[in-house]
Amino acid sequence: MSEPPASDADSKPASGVRVGSDVPFIAGMAFMGGIYILLIVACLVADAGYTTPSHLLKAINTPEIRFAIKLSLITCTLTTIFSLWVAVPLGYLLSRFRFPGRELVEAIVDIPIVLPPLVVGLSLLILFQTLPGKWFESEVARITYAVPSVVLAQFMVAAAFSVRTMRATFDQLHPRQEHVALTLGCTRGQAFWHVTLPEARRGMVTAATLAWARSLGEFGPVLIFSGATRMRTEVLPTTVFLEISVGNIEAAVAVSLIMVAAALSVLLVVRYFGLGVHSSVTEGVAG
Amino acid sequence: MIRVQGLTVRAGAFALENVSFEIPTGCYGMLMGKTGSGKTTLLEALCGLKRVTAGRIELLGRDVTFAKPAERGIGLVPQDGALFTSMTVRENMDFALRIRKWPEEKMRARVAELAGLLDIERLLERKPQGLSGGERQRVALGRALAFGPQVLCLDEPLSALDDETREGMYHLLEQVRTVTGVTALHITHSSREARRLAGCLLRVEGGQVRVTPLAELAAASDAAEARA
Repeated sequence: MSEPPASDADSKPASGVRVGSDVPFIAGMAFMGGIYILLIVACLVADAGYTTPSHLLKAINTPEIRFAIKLSLITCTLTTIFSLWVAVPLGYLLSRFRFPGRELVEAIVDIPIVLPPLVVGLSLLILFQTLPGKWFESEVARITYAVPSVVLAQFMVAAAFSVRTMRATFDQLHPRQEHVALTLGCTRGQAFWHVTLPEARRGMVTAATLAWARSLGEFGPVLIFSGATRMRTEVLPTTVFLEISVGNIEAAVAVSLIMVAAALSVLLVVRYFGLGVHSSVTEGVAG
Repeated sequence: MIRVQGLTVRAGAFALENVSFEIPTGCYGMLMGKTGSGKTTLLEALCGLKRVTAGRIELLGRDVTFAKPAERGIGLVPQDGALFTSMTVRENMDFALRIRKWPEEKMRARVAELAGLLDIERLLERKPQGLSGGERQRVALGRALAFGPQVLCLDEPLSALDDETREGMYHLLEQVRTVTGVTALHITHSSREARRLAGCLLRVEGGQVRVTPLAELAAASDAAEARA
């Protein structure tokens, strides 16, 4: 290897290519993406600026809003439990088994995500107008326009997100651990309970928090399927809608801020555990 | 003895057709072949993790062709160890014993015995996350040996290790072979590894498995060393 002449080395780098600064590229990307971040933060700041602590306190002390907070907390928690109840088995089966109609099942699971929320509510309403639906309401339990309808409306959408999350979680967990458990004497069920499920726990927390946050904000299906009756089927999004419709924007914003705070804390939990899923999985797989 | 007769296994577009071979009881079999030749598929079929289309698998005189993985009594050591990350090293090691509902004392004694053999006593209460590659493989080996399997399957267990650690693992595997008298099938890419450990040698080529004389391996690696 011979050294290039000294004069050449001064004007050109060793590779023969002179490159410009990377700053304009990165700044361009940051500007384009930053607009969105700015918009979100501006909305939150505007919300916060629109209300005062006294507005918030007044809103929280209204019996209707207290009822809505309580009902939201109860229904979201129930929805979360039911969502995990279906998401863990469904996510596992879709991730681990190749069966006829698997693509169809996957497509069906995505329907509540892509369907307009109002249509989800309307479909539920119509379902309970069919003969089996009417029989269920008269013989088993009243659903439509009652509290169970709120849970069912939230569940329809939240469960779809939970299934997606659990599916991704099980996809990330290499089946090798399960295979080893099988050779060590486990049935498939034992391998699932002792090995796979504990490894998927962070994914379960993520799925649960997503389901909870999603159902907290669910409005379209709830409005159609449960109605917007104060002190009966009123959840927090319903309150915002009702307050806006009577022109009480301050109360609507105050309730919105309560929901923002709840959603943000949930997001923080998801981020904390969500990152945990990734690192524990990669550690587990990459020896 | 591991006896495979007329075995056909399909994995996607790829297949092992009509494969037959035998590994005598107590023999440490090394399985070599190019990447994608079907070594792991064959190992998985032996363990019952891959469905067999035709043929017969016998382990120590028992027909296990359609037996569940749990019933075959094979200890499996996968490529990356695949340790259970939610459990401590001790819980990994006594997993098979807990499934078999061994009494606590007996379990502790067995784990202590194996941990001594594998030199991992100091790791027992740790989680697998912080372990080095060599330590992981020792734990995976311990977990596979805990229930006293008579057949051991190892899928490139040393491929991710540095030379020094690998040398230590050779010693360890030789020791395991002597102490347990286990019949093994060990997949490797390394002629050096094969030369070091092989009691018998099998090669997978073109969807077939052929038992190869050990002398061929010695000649091949001598030639390789001569070229280098």
